[in-house]
Amino acid sequence: MASNSLARPGIWSIRGPMSQRRYWIFAAIGLIAPIIAWSIVANSGWVEKVFMPTPGSVWARAVLWWTEDNLLQDAAISIYRVTAGWLLSAVIAMPLGLLIGTFRPVQALLEPLTDFIRYMPAVAFIPLVMLWIGIDEGSKVAIIFIGTFFQMVLMVAEDVRRVPTAQIEAAQTMGATRLEIIQLVLLPSAKPALVDTLRITMGWAWTYLVVAELVAANSGLGYAILKAQRFLQTDKIFAGILLIGVIGLVIDQLFRLLHRKAFPWMHTKS
Amino acid sequence: MDAHKVVTLAPRIRVRALGKIFGDGPTRVEALKDIDLEVCDNEFVTLVGASGCGKSTLLRIIGGLEYHTSGEILSSGKPVSGPGADRAMVFQHYSLYPWLDVMENIRFSRRLQVNRGELTSADVEVASGRAEALLNLMGLPNMAHAYPNQLSGGMQQRVAIARALMGRPEILLMDEPFGALDAQTREVMHDLILHVFKLEKATIVFVTHDVEEAIYLGQRVVLLAPRPGRIDTIYKVPLPAQRHQDMKHSREFLDLKKQILQRIRETSGMKTDSDLLEQLSRTASTQ
Ligand SMILES: Nc1ncnc2c1ncn2[C@@H]1O[C@H](COP(=O)(O)OP(=O)(O)O)[C@@H](O)[C@H]1O
Ligand SMILES: [Mg+2]
Repeated sequence: MASNSLARPGIWSIRGPMSQRRYWIFAAIGLIAPIIAWSIVANSGWVEKVFMPTPGSVWARAVLWWTEDNLLQDAAISIYRVTAGWLLSAVIAMPLGLLIGTFRPVQALLEPLTDFIRYMPAVAFIPLVMLWIGIDEGSKVAIIFIGTFFQMVLMVAEDVRRVPTAQIEAAQTMGATRLEIIQLVLLPSAKPALVDTLRITMGWAWTYLVVAELVAANSGLGYAILKAQRFLQTDKIFAGILLIGVIGLVIDQLFRLLHRKAFPWMHTKS
Repeated sequence: MDAHKVVTLAPRIRVRALGKIFGDGPTRVEALKDIDLEVCDNEFVTLVGASGCGKSTLLRIIGGLEYHTSGEILSSGKPVSGPGADRAMVFQHYSLYPWLDVMENIRFSRRLQVNRGELTSADVEVASGRAEALLNLMGLPNMAHAYPNQLSGGMQQRVAIARALMGRPEILLMDEPFGALDAQTREVMHDLILHVFKLEKATIVFVTHDVEEAIYLGQRVVLLAPRPGRIDTIYKVPLPAQRHQDMKHSREFLDLKKQILQRIRETSGMKTDSDLLEQLSRTASTQ
């Protein structure tokens, strides 16, 4: 009766296999269970409604916000600020990171400095930014920029440094010049990692957006959350936080889609 | 006899009193010392020696990827001052461009020339013919549009070799190109590279730590000794130019293999296998 084949490893074996279908079932449980738990707690009466609104009332508030209170405009202005701050940092961080990761003198000149600045809390710059720029759009963009730029430079530099030396040297022995190596080896080789860096820093940009809007704005999702607190509209606070989460998730998935479409060679295995 | 004749011809590579020191102060390493070596046109030379004896460093200096600190090095009569398309290099791994398919990888050097406007459209036509011929030569006719990560290790190295040959280099430098392959694939690659050598008439310098590989491929085997890296012995391989796997069992082959292996042990401070075992057990017991 000895069995002559090893049993198929179960899903709980270490790094065990899992079918696509099961994966999504578990993912759905992971997403829905907290909502059910929240619903039970909120409806039970253990916690006062003012502190913990029910999922239903949050949804109703979100609908109301959309129909009466210009949710779309709040979201649009927030998205605009995030994109502006993040784009500004990307436009400067990409070439700078490329230079740091490629040329040692640039690295020596800028990397320790950047490392130092990135440990200064971006939030602590807010008073300074307000003094210098005031509280118009520029200040929000500036705070997002300060929060993301320095990290982004270091990550881009690291992405470029990760390009295998053999790829560079192979090009050199085929007669490539420095400029050609940057254009035809370093950039295309680092590109997938760079897209990941952009995706991750986009997440940070959202964090700094909310910080900026909480202290220095009179519009946007962060400001709406702050205002809701003043009027004890806990359901609106919930709605705002969840909305930012959803927008972030959508943007993240778009980046992942871009990654799959732009770099098919990374996602094909024979 | 032969050796004398070739030395009087202008050698393709001439290394004279070459030295290489890495770092200084406490981290100073004398990687190469007083290297004298001449490789003639259309010769296949293999470099062997214990790990860390400077094989890669010597090859990289010839390729212009590393600078030397004393002596001189000439390639085709001109001092080597950096890497160049006349000296192609094949690395052990990670040198293919994963975002380009096989054909684009092979054509990379042509693409450089096209970008610079150095090629006419007729040249490009010829080049694409050559790329296809190389792909066939490497036994990968159906793989033109596969990406490197879809290929086995052996196939990847074939693409790397084809890419290196694309620009018709005078010299092909190879640093343990088959080191990561399994034994069967390696044998296939040996016969392939010998075929390429015959067809392309390149000069090949091939680094390996596998003595059998060094003898089977090389016309001469250069044995380096470590600390500081220097040339210990140069063996002329007593086999006919046309190699065959069966020759690995011939008396001449086995004798030379034994001789070289013994010499490697001696130069690395170990006289016999039992010396090695003793040293291993000594280091084990002191830990
Ligand atoms: N970039 C480097 N910096 C400092 N030392 C090096 C460097 N490259 C090689 N070496 C040293 O030079 C010696 C020869 O190395 P290498 O040429 O790689 O040997 P092999 O290829 O024969 O194993 C070794 O002692 C190694 O530690
Ligand atoms: Mg080596």
